[in-house]
Amino acid sequence: MLDVTEAPTETQFEFITFSAGEQSFCLEITQIREIRRWAPVTKLPHTPDDVLGVMNLRGAVIPIFDLAARFGLGTTPDNERNVVIVAAAGGTTIGLLVESVSEILSVDKSAIQETPDIKSEAARQAILGVISVGENMVRVVNLDAVLDNEMGGAV
Amino acid sequence: MSNSSIRDTFFEECEELLEALVEGLSAMEENAEDMDVVNAVFRAVHSIKGGAGAFALDRLVNFAHTFETVMDKVRSHELSVDESLMRLFHRSGDQLADLVEAARDEREPNAESEAAILKELDTYLGDVDKNDDFAFDAVTLDFDTGPVPIDLSEPEPVMRHFDIRFQPSPALYSNGHEPLLLFDALAELGTLSVSANLDRLPEFDAFDPNDAVIDWQLSLETAEDETVLHEVFEFVDALCTLDISVREEGDEAPAATPEPLAPAEVAEADSEPSPPSFAPQPVSEPKSAAQQSTSQQAAAREEPRGPRPTLRVDLERVDRLINTVGELIINQAMISQRIEELELPAVAHLTNELEAYKLLARDIQEGVMAIRAQPVKPLFQRMSRIVREASEATGKKAKLVTVGDSTEVDKTVIERLADPLTHMVRNAVDHGLESPQKRREAGKDPTGSIRLSASHRSGSVFIEIADDGAGLNRARILEKAIEKGLVSPDAELSEQEVDNLLFLPGFSTAAEVSSLSGRGVGMDVVKNAVAALGGRVSISSVPGSGTTFTIVLPLTLAVMDGFVISIADQTMVIPIASIIETIRPNSKDLHSIGTTGQVISVRGAYVPIVDVARNLGLTRERAPIGTGVLLLVSTEGQGLTALRVGGIHDQRQVVIKSLESNYGAIPGVSAATILGDGKIALILDPDELVKLNPGAPFLPPAPSPRMELRHA
Repeated sequence: MLDVTEAPTETQFEFITFSAGEQSFCLEITQIREIRRWAPVTKLPHTPDDVLGVMNLRGAVIPIFDLAARFGLGTTPDNERNVVIVAAAGGTTIGLLVESVSEILSVDKSAIQETPDIKSEAARQAILGVISVGENMVRVVNLDAVLDNEMGGAV
Repeated sequence: MSNSSIRDTFFEECEELLEALVEGLSAMEENAEDMDVVNAVFRAVHSIKGGAGAFALDRLVNFAHTFETVMDKVRSHELSVDESLMRLFHRSGDQLADLVEAARDEREPNAESEAAILKELDTYLGDVDKNDDFAFDAVTLDFDTGPVPIDLSEPEPVMRHFDIRFQPSPALYSNGHEPLLLFDALAELGTLSVSANLDRLPEFDAFDPNDAVIDWQLSLETAEDETVLHEVFEFVDALCTLDISVREEGDEAPAATPEPLAPAEVAEADSEPSPPSFAPQPVSEPKSAAQQSTSQQAAAREEPRGPRPTLRVDLERVDRLINTVGELIINQAMISQRIEELELPAVAHLTNELEAYKLLARDIQEGVMAIRAQPVKPLFQRMSRIVREASEATGKKAKLVTVGDSTEVDKTVIERLADPLTHMVRNAVDHGLESPQKRREAGKDPTGSIRLSASHRSGSVFIEIADDGAGLNRARILEKAIEKGLVSPDAELSEQEVDNLLFLPGFSTAAEVSSLSGRGVGMDVVKNAVAALGGRVSISSVPGSGTTFTIVLPLTLAVMDGFVISIADQTMVIPIASIIETIRPNSKDLHSIGTTGQVISVRGAYVPIVDVARNLGLTRERAPIGTGVLLLVSTEGQGLTALRVGGIHDQRQVVIKSLESNYGAIPGVSAATILGDGKIALILDPDELVKLNPGAPFLPPAPSPRMELRHA
């Protein structure tokens, strides 16, 4: 279910959890390049609200998305604590603005449950599965879906 | 090295060999008697065959072998080259390239054309071998086909006696070759006897283990051709001194001890060990040692004509270097800015040193950029095939003339220019040239010529595709454009404007769809491809004497001169090349048209004003008339236009960073750059900018699936 090709024999996965739009999400640690403090970005004309602009990442121009806005949870309010998660997939690097990064989660593959059968096709695409942590439910973000939609929309 | 990387190397080398092949074939067209050229072509085919054999690419080996065998007949003067054979050679070269490509991509090559060419090649072999047919059959029956490579041209085997003198250079050993293996290979060909010559063996005290002091005298009795012997030594070619001679009937064996080689020759071998390589070397098939040495001398004489030593580097590494140097330039700009902020007295040493730093950084940047530059020659060479194919398909006679092959252009430009150029060259033959008969009637050479030229002019690269055909039929173009509703019937267009109609999407003048046109590629695609490289394409045509397309491209894609400007509250960059002049508007020159339109009178002409901030959707409000600065630009779509920007701050060279690699295209913005303070500034595209709908705020360019996601 979870497409992780790194080591098929290993069933332990590490995720970084964060909150965006008052919901908990996580991304597999191998997809994350770095986590940065929020800094003003250069705005792009003719882009949707979830595209905040572009940032200089050591010479590369990377777009920054507001993850909450991207998932239809409203724009992330300005806050000192906001961080940018730099993630990469398939040769594309992007930054995701989130409210805060919480912890590193190490779970067994069996702990990842399928996305509950909700009506929204779009939501199922964006979420690979859910993990139950204590009383909390953490959504596993499908980075490819975020990227694909992005590229499809921008070009 | 892993097997796959050796395989990659083979295909890289094939590319070079194919280039050498095409080059050799066109040289043969000029002079088929030049044995050096013929040998170079033979050698290229042979080397491809050799490498393909190592990777068990049987089809490729088989084809190359047949090709090579016919080539060998030319080499040995058994066949003379006429026009039809030359054409066959060209087609064989094309086919060989296809086979190499198919092998590399691990797909099936076009069997039909392969079979057709093989059949034609076979007729050349058949002609020569007609008389030997019977004997040839006997050969295949008599021998076990296993270890004996059967050469179709081989006459009935005659045992011959070869004397071989083989003197390795130290480089042979340091490259890991082993003479014993070579001798083993020779022993497989026939009866071999080997004797070592120890004359040059020094006293033990003076012995230098790095020197190669032993040479060998070998005698071999074999039915094989001398070429086969040379093949055994192929990989140590440049690493040894080799003499192969045939002993005539009744000759006495030469003295057991060969004369020691001239010391000078040995010294040369010592000081210049050359690595083994696939590179084509003019190797002839000498009948005697004397001939061999003359051909070696000839090769030595011609060396300066050959390619200069080059280094093959992974493109990614170069890109990384270019990126780092780009960072260096930005860093330099940052430091300059910081130092300026300190407001030091003008005499401070720091300012001078900063100046030197700037120059050095610029030098490094130019040097690094030059690494990516490549001559357009391979690109132009590829076009000769297009001309051949197009002329065959249309029944027109055409030849390709290239000028300025050595002009260097950025590698990306070369790659991305291949398709547009192919299309234009094909068009030039298909639409540009008249039929041979019409040409004769017009008093022209029945063979049309397509002239491809490249040159550097004022910081740009010019590429021209010119035909000597009938020129554009403007009446027909206009008629067609009106028919398609592209222009109104009563429009009055200048000649230039009529010509430019060709670039409109979906425009085609071909009265009927030939096998060449109607492939869904129009001149508009060419125009877009060139525009994507930051270039322009234009047409000029003279009725009766031909049409010329001119492509103008920036020299490098990575750096650009730009104005740093402010728009709304943002800093952006606009390419200097697109700006004609800057105007600080004088209120008496400014006029309003209707409620939204604004124009400025520039020397009597009214030029529309485009508010950049509004067109980019950064602001909804119209800037009051008379504010800001106007940049006069000439655009493709709208002609002369004045762009209103907040102000101009600086003029500088900027490093172009792609937006598309991580995000995508944004209308009106061609790329981004990084400013001295580390912030990103967008680089504007004036042509696209004027097309934008003013005031459309932050709208996505197209409906996208992400809109659904919002409701997730």
